[in-house]
Amino acid sequence: MPMIELSGVTYRYDHTEMAFDLTVDAGAFLTVIGPSGAGKTTLLNLIAGFERPDGGRIVLDGRDAAGQPPAQRPVTTLFQEHNLFAHLTAAQNVGLGLHPGLRLSSTQRDMVSQGLAVVGLAGFEDRLPRQMSGGERRRVALARSIVRDRKILLLDEPFAALDPPRRLEMVALVDALRRDRGLTVVMVSHLLDEVVGAATHAVFVQDGRILAAGTVDDFLAAPPVPEITGYLGTRPRPRAVPRAAKRG
Amino acid sequence: MNSRPTPGVLLPGAGAALALALLVGGALIGLLLAPEGAAAGRPWVDGYVLAVLRFTVWQALLSALLSVGLAVPVARALARRRRFAGRALLLRLLGLPMVVPTIVGVLGIVAIYGRSGLLNEGLGALGVAARLDVYGLSGILIAHVFFNMPFATRLLVQAWAGIPAESWRLASQLGMSGGQVFRLIEAPMLRQTAPGIAGLVFLLCFTSFSVVLVLGGGPPNATLEVAIYQALRFDFDVARVVVLATLQVAVCAVLVGAAGRLARPMPVDQTLAPPVERHDLAGVWSRALDAVAIAAAMAILALPLAAVAAAGLAGPVAAVLADGELWRAALRSLTVGLSAGLLAVALGWGLVSTSRELRARYYRRGAADRLELAGSLVLVVPPFVVGAGLFVLLRPVADVFAIGLILVVLVNALMGLPFVIRILGPPAAQVAERHLRLCDSLGIAGWHRLRLVDWPLLRRPAALALAVCSALAMGDLGVIALFGTPDTRTLPLLLYHRMGSYRMDEAAVTALVLLVLSLLLFVAIERGLGGDADD
Amino acid sequence: MQRVIRFAIAALAALGGPAAAETLTVYTYDSFTSEWGPGPAVEQAFEADCGCDLEFVGVDDGVAILSRLRLEGARTRADIVLGLDMNLVAEARATGLLAPHGLDLSGLSVPLPADMLDELFVPYDWGYFAFVYDSELLPVPPASLRALVDDSDAEILIQDPRTSTPGLGLLLWLREVYGDEAAAAWHRLRPRIVTVTSGWSEAYGLFLEGEAPMVLSYTTSPAYHMISEGEDRYQAASFAEGHYLQVEVAAKVATTDQPDLADRFLAFVLSPGFQDVIPTTNWMYPVVTPAAGLPDAFAALVTPERALLMAPDTVAQSRGAWIDEWLVAMSR
Repeated sequence: MPMIELSGVTYRYDHTEMAFDLTVDAGAFLTVIGPSGAGKTTLLNLIAGFERPDGGRIVLDGRDAAGQPPAQRPVTTLFQEHNLFAHLTAAQNVGLGLHPGLRLSSTQRDMVSQGLAVVGLAGFEDRLPRQMSGGERRRVALARSIVRDRKILLLDEPFAALDPPRRLEMVALVDALRRDRGLTVVMVSHLLDEVVGAATHAVFVQDGRILAAGTVDDFLAAPPVPEITGYLGTRPRPRAVPRAAKRG
Repeated sequence: MNSRPTPGVLLPGAGAALALALLVGGALIGLLLAPEGAAAGRPWVDGYVLAVLRFTVWQALLSALLSVGLAVPVARALARRRRFAGRALLLRLLGLPMVVPTIVGVLGIVAIYGRSGLLNEGLGALGVAARLDVYGLSGILIAHVFFNMPFATRLLVQAWAGIPAESWRLASQLGMSGGQVFRLIEAPMLRQTAPGIAGLVFLLCFTSFSVVLVLGGGPPNATLEVAIYQALRFDFDVARVVVLATLQVAVCAVLVGAAGRLARPMPVDQTLAPPVERHDLAGVWSRALDAVAIAAAMAILALPLAAVAAAGLAGPVAAVLADGELWRAALRSLTVGLSAGLLAVALGWGLVSTSRELRARYYRRGAADRLELAGSLVLVVPPFVVGAGLFVLLRPVADVFAIGLILVVLVNALMGLPFVIRILGPPAAQVAERHLRLCDSLGIAGWHRLRLVDWPLLRRPAALALAVCSALAMGDLGVIALFGTPDTRTLPLLLYHRMGSYRMDEAAVTALVLLVLSLLLFVAIERGLGGDADD
Repeated sequence: MQRVIRFAIAALAALGGPAAAETLTVYTYDSFTSEWGPGPAVEQAFEADCGCDLEFVGVDDGVAILSRLRLEGARTRADIVLGLDMNLVAEARATGLLAPHGLDLSGLSVPLPADMLDELFVPYDWGYFAFVYDSELLPVPPASLRALVDDSDAEILIQDPRTSTPGLGLLLWLREVYGDEAAAAWHRLRPRIVTVTSGWSEAYGLFLEGEAPMVLSYTTSPAYHMISEGEDRYQAASFAEGHYLQVEVAAKVATTDQPDLADRFLAFVLSPGFQDVIPTTNWMYPVVTPAAGLPDAFAALVTPERALLMAPDTVAQSRGAWIDEWLVAMSR
């Protein structure tokens, strides 16, 4: 069953005409790769509702998303930067996912603590962002997405600034959350091999179009379009078995 | 959501812009349509008007050259020498003239440079016959340097900090002397920055009022602002007011257009980026030059203020403090200051909160810029013209003297607006850029956003803006001179009045009270409302 | 928001100061109300008599009283204006804002032709404008106005004719002496004018501080220094062309809400309670000589051989043009 459906979605920004058709099944982990400026972030922004498409239809969890403000969509987002308010504690930052004015019941406060515990930050409630490491700050943002309890998790290269071991750790954490909670994950990443083992599907975006889509295994086995090669990563390729590229 | 901005986004900015348009537009229309305006049987521009214009330009030009000329060595010394006794004091002194009421500064300057002031007494004791005359052009220039040299210095120090560290490292590797460093590194930087700074100082001095009113010494040394005041208050010569105001607006618009940007650079609270270690500073000459520059700056800034403090403490303190008139005036000043400050911040926040949304959410940079530009209108339409316009406009329908204080609040709020936009605009825009999407995705909007996001992140710049505007309005001797009566005297007007009736010892105490209250108000708002720095 | 605005207006209005029911408001010049001026004594004497509150509103100087009255028009708070002089009476009459005083002025000792006394203005003191000099800084003062303009290097302090009656007096004095050459004379005098103040007090204060050796004031000013300070250092320069006469007047404002109190005050102005304090507080000649006579020091004062005075109508007609001319001469 599709969780995310974009059909004939167009969007114009700064003379670039973008057009997206995309289907993501419930429970999938889709990774979005492509050169900078290709429209990866715009794709996520359209799903999240930060940008409004000029044409086409976006259906999320079986419901037309047109006119739905971001906060009401079944979507939660991790940005590249500034996921936390620097002046609020970890618990407050997580609590904002439950009430945008931080009026929390005691049950909700417990939920906040549980959320922090799930990401391995039990006892971090009163810390300010500047008292935490980069990895810990991202975990707080993940904890917030947990308490928000939305079916779709969008990640816009949120781990890019972390060192490689930490990055893999975070991807594994996201994947664990997906499996435990049945989330659908869409994650922009720089290189495909960052998400190998976690991501199930991949799309390659360039010049505001989806040039290729398929399973991660497909991508790795046989790059469907030659432009992709630079974004696969440095790991030795598994044996190459040519297959037809599935476009969509 | 790059479509039409919603009414909720547009409302604050549109409301503030409308209020501005009504205030400024109403005043201009009031002036142009004044019934007395047409009926004067003399040419529009006569010898007097031309002479006033000429003097206004001339004194502003000299003031700008002197202020920036003196600021260059001081800024250079500050940028080069990171550690010397009194550096912290000098930095603090450079911030003071912003908060010191003009009339208090002028009183201090008279105490130092006047006929029987410290300088002339000193010269006399040394047997020097030449005496400095504080009334007229020389006094105006001294006062303008006192108020604007620190401002120019702070901007120049920033410019120096903008020279990349690699330039200094390269200079020391190549073994450049101080002179070569100046010629090859510093002079090109100055050629880029100094003209803009001089232009700003020129604009500030071009519209100078209180300094010229007190030190000008009559018609030979009147600026357009003073001439407008006199034409209105002395003669009720509206025809002349219209001519002078038109000239004033025209010249300011040309200047501002030429300067290319309307907003005054943020004048307060910049941090000084520490430069890299320098190896070209050990020479005797360079040390001497810096020492002289630093000592001169200290003297120029500290002496008048010290004179105010000393004269105030030596005056009839008990008698003046026991005077109810003083405290009524002080209460009026505080009320006017705070009201004007709050109004300025409210208007400024209206403009800024809309402009940042236009920019960050709708990518409408042009519209956002124009909205913020509206807030800097006062630089083109000086407050005195607005004051005069309101005066003429409201005279048929209200007792302008009875509602004088309200007009003073309005005009002072207008004067503070460019500062608010300058101080509050950039951080507010930054907060929006960083957190807009996060807020949207979490549904943090309206009151929640103000309380949880904007207030904690912006309370410091907001408090600074309020402190600056309130202190400026509290110390203002501009429009209050136009509207003030004995019943509505503020502290600066009371001080001016006491100087005018030559009760100098009472004036000295009053000046000290005004100075202390202004500083207290500034610090109380900045610290109290801004809170401690926690990030 | 509306409540906030209303509160702010109320708060600002409350700062305006107290208002009593039976208050007589008198617009006058600053130096009249100062603690050394006649104000305090006059206020005490009149309030004791009327059981009301006498409130002085001080403006820069005499001419500013007229400007203020014009500006406020029928809305003015003033019940009495005190401190106009003969140079302003024609313009003051033309405002239509003044009411007859109903007093008999025939017995007053004021050096005016009888036909210049009228039903609107009550003269209360008089004197001659003069340059007062500091004999320690300037042992030999100029002996005439022409000498001051063309044959002296003494610096002077003067008042602005747009606000101040002495300033206006000097403008007319130069007119009387130079005729149409007055503008040129001003231009020659200009370099030696240290400053032009808006009121008499400021100029005189600057003079006493030593900012200039000469100040535009009155022949009677030295009496202050002789009587109050026992000092004869400050003297009035006697000018050969004669001295311009100033007669200061008071009048009732037609829109007053206290007509009876106003009448009573004008009558009081001519009584000993007012007149007796004039010589030693306002340092002018009273219009009713005190029973004890003038203080001895007044006998030592310069007495001009000729009193100069223009017809009020002439002044009213040309004041604007002459002031424009003065502005040009002073600023060019």
